[in-house]
Amino acid sequence: MSKEAIRVDGLGKRYEIGTSRNYNPTLRDAVAAQVETAFGWIGKRSAPAAPTSPSRAFWALRDVSFAVEAGEVVGVVGANGAGKTTLLKILSRITEPTEGLGVVRGRVGSLLEVGTGFHPELTGRENVYLNGVIIGMTRAEVARRYDEIVAFSGVERFIDTPVKRYSSGMYLRLAFSVAAHLQCEIVLVDEVLAVGDAEFQKKCMGKIGDVARSGRTVVFVSHNLTAVQALCSRALYLKEGKLVGDGDPRGIVTDYLGANATHATERVWEGTERAPKDGIVRLRRACVRPEGGVAGDPIDVRTSFVIEVDYRNEAEDAVISLSLLVLDEGGIVVFNAGPVTPPRPLRPGVYRDTCHVPGDLMNDGAYRVDVEIQFRGETVLPPTEILTFQIADSPDFRTGWYGKWLGAVRPMLAWRTSRIDEVDLRGSPTPSRRPRVSKGTKQ
Amino acid sequence: MRPYRFGLTYRCRIHRPRMSNTAKTADPAAAQANRRNVGNGPSIPVRVLRPSTGWSPVDFAELWASKEILYFLVWRDLKVRYRQAALGAMWAIVQPVLAVGIFTVFFGRFVGVPSDGIPYPVFALAAIVPWAFFANGVTMGTQSILVNEQLVRRIYFPRLLVPVGAVLSGSVDVMISMMLLLVLALAYGIAPTIKWLLVPIFLLLTALAAFGIAIILSALNVRYRDVQYVVPFFTQLLMFASPIVYPSSVLAEPWRTLYGINPMAGIIDGVRWALFGTSPTAASLSLSVTVSLALLVSGAFFFRRTERTFADLI
Repeated sequence: MSKEAIRVDGLGKRYEIGTSRNYNPTLRDAVAAQVETAFGWIGKRSAPAAPTSPSRAFWALRDVSFAVEAGEVVGVVGANGAGKTTLLKILSRITEPTEGLGVVRGRVGSLLEVGTGFHPELTGRENVYLNGVIIGMTRAEVARRYDEIVAFSGVERFIDTPVKRYSSGMYLRLAFSVAAHLQCEIVLVDEVLAVGDAEFQKKCMGKIGDVARSGRTVVFVSHNLTAVQALCSRALYLKEGKLVGDGDPRGIVTDYLGANATHATERVWEGTERAPKDGIVRLRRACVRPEGGVAGDPIDVRTSFVIEVDYRNEAEDAVISLSLLVLDEGGIVVFNAGPVTPPRPLRPGVYRDTCHVPGDLMNDGAYRVDVEIQFRGETVLPPTEILTFQIADSPDFRTGWYGKWLGAVRPMLAWRTSRIDEVDLRGSPTPSRRPRVSKGTKQ
Repeated sequence: MRPYRFGLTYRCRIHRPRMSNTAKTADPAAAQANRRNVGNGPSIPVRVLRPSTGWSPVDFAELWASKEILYFLVWRDLKVRYRQAALGAMWAIVQPVLAVGIFTVFFGRFVGVPSDGIPYPVFALAAIVPWAFFANGVTMGTQSILVNEQLVRRIYFPRLLVPVGAVLSGSVDVMISMMLLLVLALAYGIAPTIKWLLVPIFLLLTALAAFGIAIILSALNVRYRDVQYVVPFFTQLLMFASPIVYPSSVLAEPWRTLYGINPMAGIIDGVRWALFGTSPTAASLSLSVTVSLALLVSGAFFFRRTERTFADLI
């Protein structure tokens, strides 16, 4: 029988928002309100017509159900405000659910924010103990791991100065280091790595990767979709408090990205749209799709894809040349492609131009496709946007660093390291190696 | 897994046939304490999360398991306050000394308040020492949850430790001022008796009274933010309703016993009795202690009930 580390059934959390007539933030108001209701009939003071807002209740989570096996690493994705942090807070017992049920098997360590409990006046050493005990270790455990914690954080030199003197980077490193050494069966991580420099993020991700591989159950909330894909065996997609996706991380990430940005991966033109001045060439349809798939299927940096443009030709002996410009989010033309052979004259008809883009060439991001049409050497359609599409990142070949890969393109090039020469260390002037010259021979 | 019914209170009985009953706690220290090796490996704490309704009792096992957190909360406050040790200690002496000075001059000399035959300064200081502990504990305790907002919103630990820790962080101050009191008593020629050993007991009772009130007020303060501003005023009033500047012997008998409804009244009389042998106060002392315990128990229940919404209200 497999052990479920976390099981959640119909979990819901409701908050009251806005100011209602009954919301009294001060004791004085509360008492006054009581007195008013008690004596209201005397002064015939009718209650002011309260603007009844229909949605005074805000459901941060509604009817969320899932189960996590022991040792699974689950990522949680969703837009801001989708309920991810609320879910972690409920699982950490910080707040109670309004309805539903959760069962948690094992000690829970939550990294909802690092440095909880740090006091600026205390030194780093004192704060390590304070923070360690507050997040759940015993004093003896902290003492045992103290050297490891300080070594991992890299602030040994400053461990005895008050934390208020630390730079934000040092602070984060120390705080994360304490949290990372917490021994517990279930780890809940909430975007702790949203801040910090690249070095720190790499270290944190490495540690989280270690935790994930060590067999502990991890629930990882992050906006870094590459990290989610790489580290997690399963992903949950929360949208406005509801669980709308549960399964393979790559599919979930695609759903999430697709939901956020509407891309026109396929377009059809009827009638006289896109008709150049003399109605010779008319665009009918354009689409971008992965090789072997249809428009709308996910494309990642490793997938080869095709761009198809259908057009209608009404002239005899038409020499038509299309070129496609692919631009990235910054408006930079990534490439400008056209047919490699000179165009032949075409009879009237409907034609389809297909452009194959190999995988392992493009970088991840959102792209726009413009088409330019030349008829007998003349430009009849200047570069016009016809499609937008998204290329998702792939976690393959990424170890430990999940930031944005720079570059307009990301080609997979052949790379080789070979030894071309020797280096002679014996001739270098190190005292131990200098040959001794004796003053006379000893026989 | 057995289906869980909404609203039922489940006590430790999770049906896992291979493991022993584990206590209902998710704290690692508690898990350590609860480990019973049944041959299948250490027992794992199981926690059920559901909306709680009605009153929840105090979970003493959890509190005991989290005693290190209490220790560190108090240690943190003391460390910060006594960062510069001399300054910190000085303040613990200057405040009572100034109070005694003012009271002696105005109440002792000018107004001529009787002091049961004991030199007025010692008489007053004997009351100020427990009173300062109580008043500071209540004031700090009221704000304690809000002051520790970061912790309460981000980490789980028994919240009851927060006001308790706030009261206890005055313990070093009270010990210093108690030393001052004993020195002053000796200086005025009051002979030490065996009853002097009871003074720490009375300070402990003061702590209990302060716990009860601080727990209630800290929970109220989360919901109604103006409580912390009103507390100093009521503390001031209570000071005059306690036998600090005057002895309780000015009250005639039925009133003198009823006076014990103010927990500090009985305790202060008790301290004076232990030090100077004045005013035997069995009736009012027992009333004070009863009121303290009642406040403590009801405060704990009230706190536990409102505790659930702290993280949402802060």
